[in-house]
Amino acid sequence: MSRLAPGHRGCPGCCDAMAANFVLEAAGDDVIVVSPTGCLEVMTTPYPESAWEVPWIHSLFENTASVAAGIESALKALGRKGNTKIIGLAGDGATMDIGTLGLSGAFERGHDITYVCIDNEAYMNTGVQRSGGTPYGASTTTSPTGKKSFGNRTQKKNMPAIMAAHGAPYVTTTSISYPKDMMRKVKKAVDIEGPCYIHAHAPCSTGWRFESARTVEIGKLAVETALWPLYEMEYSEITGVKKIKNKKPVEEYLKAQGRFKHLFTREGGEKEIAKIQEIADWNVKHYGLE
Amino acid sequence: MTDNPMEKMSVVEGSYATAHAVKVCRPNVISAYPITPQTHIVEDLSQFIADGEIDNCEFITIESEFSALSALVGASAAGARTYSSTSSQGLELMHEVVFNVSGMRLPTVMTVVNRAVSAPISIWNDHQDSISERDTGWIQLYAENSQEISDLTPLAYKVAEDKDVMLPAMVCMDGFILSHVFEPVVLLEQDLTDEYLPPYRPEHILDTKNPKTFGSFADPSVYTEFRYMQQKGMDIALKKIEKAVDEFTRIFGRDHGGLIDTYRADDAEILLMAMGSVVGTIKDVIDEARIDGIKVGLLKIRSFRPFPVEAVRKTLADAAVIVVLDKNISLGLNEGSLCTEVKSCLYNTDINTPVMGFMLGHGGRDISKGTIHMIIDKSQKVARSGIKVENEFVDVRGDLI
Repeated sequence: MSRLAPGHRGCPGCCDAMAANFVLEAAGDDVIVVSPTGCLEVMTTPYPESAWEVPWIHSLFENTASVAAGIESALKALGRKGNTKIIGLAGDGATMDIGTLGLSGAFERGHDITYVCIDNEAYMNTGVQRSGGTPYGASTTTSPTGKKSFGNRTQKKNMPAIMAAHGAPYVTTTSISYPKDMMRKVKKAVDIEGPCYIHAHAPCSTGWRFESARTVEIGKLAVETALWPLYEMEYSEITGVKKIKNKKPVEEYLKAQGRFKHLFTREGGEKEIAKIQEIADWNVKHYGLE
Repeated sequence: MTDNPMEKMSVVEGSYATAHAVKVCRPNVISAYPITPQTHIVEDLSQFIADGEIDNCEFITIESEFSALSALVGASAAGARTYSSTSSQGLELMHEVVFNVSGMRLPTVMTVVNRAVSAPISIWNDHQDSISERDTGWIQLYAENSQEISDLTPLAYKVAEDKDVMLPAMVCMDGFILSHVFEPVVLLEQDLTDEYLPPYRPEHILDTKNPKTFGSFADPSVYTEFRYMQQKGMDIALKKIEKAVDEFTRIFGRDHGGLIDTYRADDAEILLMAMGSVVGTIKDVIDEARIDGIKVGLLKIRSFRPFPVEAVRKTLADAAVIVVLDKNISLGLNEGSLCTEVKSCLYNTDINTPVMGFMLGHGGRDISKGTIHMIIDKSQKVARSGIKVENEFVDVRGDLI
């Protein structure tokens, strides 16, 4: 049963709420959750209210992993660690950009924590600015489409590869559109001793500009077009891949979102779409998705 | 037990005295990143851990000062007694977390081994680093010598962890001048420290059997009260520091003063004010000047935050001139921080004594007895004919400007 109470202030179809629910449902009651500054923190804990029915702490934007490491060390020192799971629940900016230093340190030292990145591919809480997780071609408020721009010029940072390079016992990707997949992976991660990393793709209706009823559908399209590959890694080796049965062209994913609309309405957009198809094709080959 | 304190003394480095004091305070989580001149403290603590001399303690050899203090946020919220130490650039890197620890009312104790800040880069001592954290809601205590840095450590925990205070504390010691100098010190006895400092038993912790939320966001309807309550904690800390000093003296038989200390101040016309190791030099100079019949004395500030306004006013009331020595400067005001505080606590009172500010010792520039004598000479002139220059740099080299 999830320990995130209803009545929080998330948007309809909010990916953070779904991610938090799946994590809590899979991890059980004996958990302590750490979150950075961001949508999840703001929508669940306006003082003096809280949606969290498990112990929860927010410190700053960039120190989720360090705070989690401190909790783990304290519980060990005080003889209270037992089977308690310490879980970081953080967005892509907090994970892939500003919080990378502390995350890398915590994984290098091998703290017994599970870190879940809820990747909605931009800084949503501050108004949809680009992050290291923003995909190629997406229009955000700091990578807008314009007369001389087709939106974001860089590909998503390969964060799972960076985390795997730490030699972590378990690194995996998942998507909130596949609750069973996500909950199985969370359960696996929290049961492994040592630092585990889960990178969950998480469509945000507000930032990506789609109807809020379509969150799950959009997330599935990312997987079905091979733009978001689902795989598991143990000690840096790929050990599991979700195969795609009927791979779809990337257009089906892109055209469903306002952030990619310019690719279909502006002259030259087809070349950009072709580049995005190349990214999907590379994923298929690299991860063996077919 | 002998009654002669000399027989209990060991000659140790200031950093060792500090590390030993931390050890007998029984911390549960230490998290630190090496930076000169703090390094010997964390090296000594690491050796204690390696030798199994600190029970129930995890030492996180972390990847930055920012994370060092961040880890203690989690550890302290989980119920651990926590410790860190840093200097200069490390403290500046921590800055965002420094505010956060205090706002979350987590009673971490941190030794700041005072060092100048970059640029230009300097590893040597002044007080600009900790002074720059003045408004962060941390208790700030300044030590004159190795014995005092040792003895302030359990005192800092005792006050910080008091349920009516619940604020973090910095214990500040001058880099190299104290951290790397060997002095005779009575190392804190474990049994006496246990008697003095009870185990940390916080009311609110991260506990899966009793879930609580830490670090909520506060909208304008509630934010003010968090700041107000921090100030209330500081007000209470003033009294608790005095009480903790009395109890320390009762148990350990040593006394370094309370919020302040004085030296030959009772009949002093010229009253010098300072913090940290320079106080020792000042005392020697006062003895020399007294031989010449100059009525000069000292007011030493031990607690810079909370600032002991009443004690300062009372001590300064009868002086003819007040002379403040600062190892820091507020650029753009041309004044050291202690000087500003002293002036502010005399305003709106009946005391209308001239206050002279001298900024000196920046980046480890030696403060000689001759410099202090020169300052006393200048203050005598002010006592006779009034103040013309409120603040000035001392020992500036004209050939470099």
